[in-house]
Amino acid sequence: MTKLVQYPSGAYVLERDADRTPVLETYHLGIDFGGLSAVNNFNIIVGPTEISGLIGPNGAGKTTVFNLLTKVYQPSKGTILVNGHDTSKMSTVDVNKAGVARTFQNIRLFENMSVVDNVKVAMHNSMHYNPLTAIFRTPKYYKEEKRIHQKALELLDIFNMSDLAETEAGSLPYGAQRKLEIVRALATKPSLLLLDEPAAGMNPNETKELMETIRGIRDKFNIAIILIEHDMSLVMNICEGIAVLNYGRIIAKGTPKDIQNNPVVIEAYLGKPEQED
Amino acid sequence: MKKTIRKIFDKKHISRTISYLVVIAGFVIIQLLMNTIGIKSLFRSLLVPTCCYIVVALALNLVVGVSGELSLGHSGFMAVGAFTGIIISGLLEPYLAINWLRLLIAMFVGGIMAGIVGLFISVPVLKLQGDYLAIVTLAFCQIIKSLLNNVYLGVDINGLHFSFVENRISLAQGGRMLLSGPMGAIAITRLATFTAGFLLILFTLLIIYNLTYSRFGRSIMAARDNRIAAESVGIHIRNTKMLAFVISAILAGMAGALFGLNYSTLQPAKFDFNLSILILVYVVLGGLGNMTGTIISTMILYALPELLRGLQDYRMLIYSIILILIMLVTNNQTLKEKTENLITKIKSRFLKKGSVAHD
Repeated sequence: MTKLVQYPSGAYVLERDADRTPVLETYHLGIDFGGLSAVNNFNIIVGPTEISGLIGPNGAGKTTVFNLLTKVYQPSKGTILVNGHDTSKMSTVDVNKAGVARTFQNIRLFENMSVVDNVKVAMHNSMHYNPLTAIFRTPKYYKEEKRIHQKALELLDIFNMSDLAETEAGSLPYGAQRKLEIVRALATKPSLLLLDEPAAGMNPNETKELMETIRGIRDKFNIAIILIEHDMSLVMNICEGIAVLNYGRIIAKGTPKDIQNNPVVIEAYLGKPEQED
Repeated sequence: MKKTIRKIFDKKHISRTISYLVVIAGFVIIQLLMNTIGIKSLFRSLLVPTCCYIVVALALNLVVGVSGELSLGHSGFMAVGAFTGIIISGLLEPYLAINWLRLLIAMFVGGIMAGIVGLFISVPVLKLQGDYLAIVTLAFCQIIKSLLNNVYLGVDINGLHFSFVENRISLAQGGRMLLSGPMGAIAITRLATFTAGFLLILFTLLIIYNLTYSRFGRSIMAARDNRIAAESVGIHIRNTKMLAFVISAILAGMAGALFGLNYSTLQPAKFDFNLSILILVYVVLGGLGNMTGTIISTMILYALPELLRGLQDYRMLIYSIILILIMLVTNNQTLKEKTENLITKIKSRFLKKGSVAHD
């Protein structure tokens, strides 16, 4: 069992990550939609090799947190640090370049493109040739395209998807589409991967496989992962730290064991026990 | 060698190959007709404009079909290219006798000018999306037309003379007016040839296809298909859209230069809003993102009003009705399915015959 230790700031982090800069820190993060606060005073710290879970009842604001972290929404309050860098002036694109990649709750693939092209799109920023090179097809174009094609296939191969490379992404089965979204996110070489309900719509066997995949990603790419998930067996099994969100606020943080026995969490999920007369 | 041939005809590149083949076949057939039975002079005069419209339609398809933004300003880019081309060609005339080289330079500079204008516009315009973008580009095309309506430009031994709104230019002996306000350019030396038009179409196809099959093409299409996902993997939406827009403007400008140098006089009023719409019609009918379709639809729809000339006053009425019918038929789902069924039937029959022959 992994042990949690305290940072000087008081936040808990995995023992093995204690000496390294956290991949993500948020302080007093919040957003209001027309006076209604959707997320409020959201503070977390994620170590560079941690798998952490973000759970909570429907409508608690979990996806909103992801949208804040990736700057799809601009936060109304608070700061986000990615690898120690302030992201307040960054756009979604900049945040991705700073090392945050994500998947989406409702799958957002480039459906009309082939599987390998979906991955290559995500490698856009690691390719080096300009539009003139592309139009007049200098040797550099061929060299770069070949290199990136090889890399994309290698990445797909890790997920046993290289034989689907030329298939249209939209025609893949559901589970494969979810997996492709993860591959695409990894193609941007992130240091933090955000997974929004990766197990949604999967059967128990697929979920089990996914669990191994997620752990495998962390070990192979040596990155941090935050996942939003409703499947408690998955969360409790692979997450090392968990934050519980309700009505836009964190109501509990800790190891899976702490969370399972926390009365506040049980109340948020199941409601207050009825008072007897 | 074998590998190259296979690459030309594989599934991914077949549409590109067909586009090139259609253009080359069209050129060869028309050349043959001209050299054997001959073509009526009316049709001969339509050849260069058709090439120009094909190029502008292809360029517009890059913006509307590939990049997914509606632009109604392409007649503006054509106008910029046309008048820049005319000025450049007019200025070079005393010094450069080789016609094709002058045409090439005029087209090049015309394209660059249109590209610069396109870049300027795209900065504020591409902050907008959808309908707003269409309206702003429409306004831009009106601005270009109005500006050109008020420009007077002359050249003599003392150099260039320029005045705005009113003609206050008095030229020394031997001087020429290059632009004279609403009258536009007069006494242009006609440099455009059908071959130049054909080569420009090939060049346009080359640029569009090479761009599409590159990292930029992928990100342009990604930005079109799913904006949020594209941003999440680090694709700068505005930059990619700007790239498509500017390249499209350059191509439209080159076509404009060729178009302008095909006439002995040219008024700015020619490049009005109607022209933008006309080109958009070619693109929509040809299919968004479908280059071969755009080429064919432009050829048919541009020739149609000329073919209907015999109907005199009813010409545009008939043309409009035909246009509506074509749109209805090409978008009819049941009809599409039926033709697809027919094609698969024919295919299977041919395949069967082939297998019998094998035995």
